[in-house]
Amino acid sequence: MHKFKLRRLDYGGIFLYLFLTLFGLLMLLPLIYMAVTAVKPTSELFMFPPRFFVVNPTLMNFRDLLLITGTSAVPFSRFIFNSIIVTSAIVVGGVVISAMAAYPLAKHNMPFKSFIFNMIVAALMFSPLVLQIPQYLLISRSGLMNTYWAMILPYLAAPMGMFLMTQFLRQLPDALLEAARIDGASEWKVFWVLVMPMLKPAISTFALFSFISAWNDPYPSMVYTTVQEMKTLPLAIQTISGGAGVVARVGTLAAASFLMIIPTILVFIITQRMVLQTMAHSGLKE
Amino acid sequence: MSSEIITPAEAGGAAVMKSGAPGKWAQLWMDIKKNKVSYYFLAPFLLLFFIFTIVPIIMSVVLSFSYYNIIETPRFIGFSNYKLLFVDDDIFLKAVGITLKFAFITGPIGYILAFLLAWLISQIPQKYRFFYTLCFYLPSITSAVAMSVVWLYFFAGDRKGLLNHYLIQLGILNEPYLFLQNVDSIVPVIIIVSLWMSMGVGFLAFLAGLQNVPTDLYEAGSIDGVKYRWQQLWFITVPSVKPQLLFGAVMQVVSSLTVFDVSMRLVGFPSPLYAGHTIMAHLFDYAFTRFEMGYASAIAVLLFFLMFGMNRLIFRVLGRD
Repeated sequence: MHKFKLRRLDYGGIFLYLFLTLFGLLMLLPLIYMAVTAVKPTSELFMFPPRFFVVNPTLMNFRDLLLITGTSAVPFSRFIFNSIIVTSAIVVGGVVISAMAAYPLAKHNMPFKSFIFNMIVAALMFSPLVLQIPQYLLISRSGLMNTYWAMILPYLAAPMGMFLMTQFLRQLPDALLEAARIDGASEWKVFWVLVMPMLKPAISTFALFSFISAWNDPYPSMVYTTVQEMKTLPLAIQTISGGAGVVARVGTLAAASFLMIIPTILVFIITQRMVLQTMAHSGLKE
Repeated sequence: MSSEIITPAEAGGAAVMKSGAPGKWAQLWMDIKKNKVSYYFLAPFLLLFFIFTIVPIIMSVVLSFSYYNIIETPRFIGFSNYKLLFVDDDIFLKAVGITLKFAFITGPIGYILAFLLAWLISQIPQKYRFFYTLCFYLPSITSAVAMSVVWLYFFAGDRKGLLNHYLIQLGILNEPYLFLQNVDSIVPVIIIVSLWMSMGVGFLAFLAGLQNVPTDLYEAGSIDGVKYRWQQLWFITVPSVKPQLLFGAVMQVVSSLTVFDVSMRLVGFPSPLYAGHTIMAHLFDYAFTRFEMGYASAIAVLLFFLMFGMNRLIFRVLGRD
């Protein structure tokens, strides 16, 4: 639904493509470099003069990664399994809970509405670092340590998701909701049949974002678990690679980072498809 | 703002108000009961939000008035944490300066860049959009740890650093410049890397919001004489995505005032002569290396007020609805 069709050989259009392509490739460079580093043999990692591309690509780094992980008592697949469980619970639960909260805050009119909204938005601005200690106390006192709940529950009520979805609902016309109510649909039905599909762009945006942050965050598994079996992927990789800056394992770290990124790219592809396709199904067209 | 089947609170409010306080409360209670469905929708969020966010926030505000080292029980010390911060802690004041300098550069640039790129992408045919979205968004997908490998290599201070290598080859520099150790270049380096990573959730929200602008608005606009893309952008697009603009602005303030990860990964912690020391770095220092949670909480409370103040300004400019 692009607005002004780009005429063939329109100078503005050519300039636009040229600019976007060059700028896009520039943004992509560091990532290409990371992918290249993941397949560089040790001899090329510290070569002088430095070279951007790899000459003799090798899968040694990936093999090293698997060998180091192979020595630990817990199989690597367990970490992957944990990560998938925790991340998908946070994404699915977070989306539903935030959407349910956003609907009345954007489209209903009840007492304390703006107070609740302002409070949640304000909470967005409180540094998460300082909240970690009180959160830890809550989790450990309630006996949730070493359970999946500990890694999921604190992240379900995301102020950001609520805020994003409220803003999207505000952009949408009320007429549709009104029509459904006149036809006798219950609020619950209006929510599932009308609001959720209309929110699709916001849902995909938030799902992508919350997937990335949950997938990449080693913190919950580092703090809320004490046994190896409950660790998640980012923590496992962090411990394996010895953290950033350990020179000898630059290649291994790049390989690990590369593996970590693949699922996020997949989720990105799926959710962006959803955003781009929404207009066709949203029923927004008058 | 929205039309409801549920009667707005104001309708009967004025009449009852005259009869005094009890009537007002009764009216409020009736309103709450009438809207109970809305509260059911809110309940799961509010419950979890209360337990895992509000309670911890209150706990840390209380802790900011105490001395607490995690092992002993907190000891109430009144306002001395705050007094110490403003009067005796030179590094904190320096950190405030660096953070503000950083925020006033990356904040607006990152925000405008994200919106313009999202708008440009929305101008091109749908089948090509995906590739460009991927290009611009990928940097923020990857974790800071992963990217530090790349950037450290790029900015490295010896001749093996990519940037130094090329600058020497081109004859611009005679000897390697220590980008990550030199006090003058630390902040610019952090700014460049953060800008590179800044196409985050705001960018995605703009993209999705631009998809949602009803097409007939543009048709109506072209009938009314909107000719150029610029006019279209200013008179139709910007007002239609105002809710997303507000969201993006708030997220931008939060992220540019809490910059820390990039700084820590690139220039180390603490950075040379505290040149890359932000408020967040100061907070981290006291919370997790010195374990002075009371003092750290006081820093967090101040940071909160700083963000809150800036966001009030933004809400005033971009409006509530």
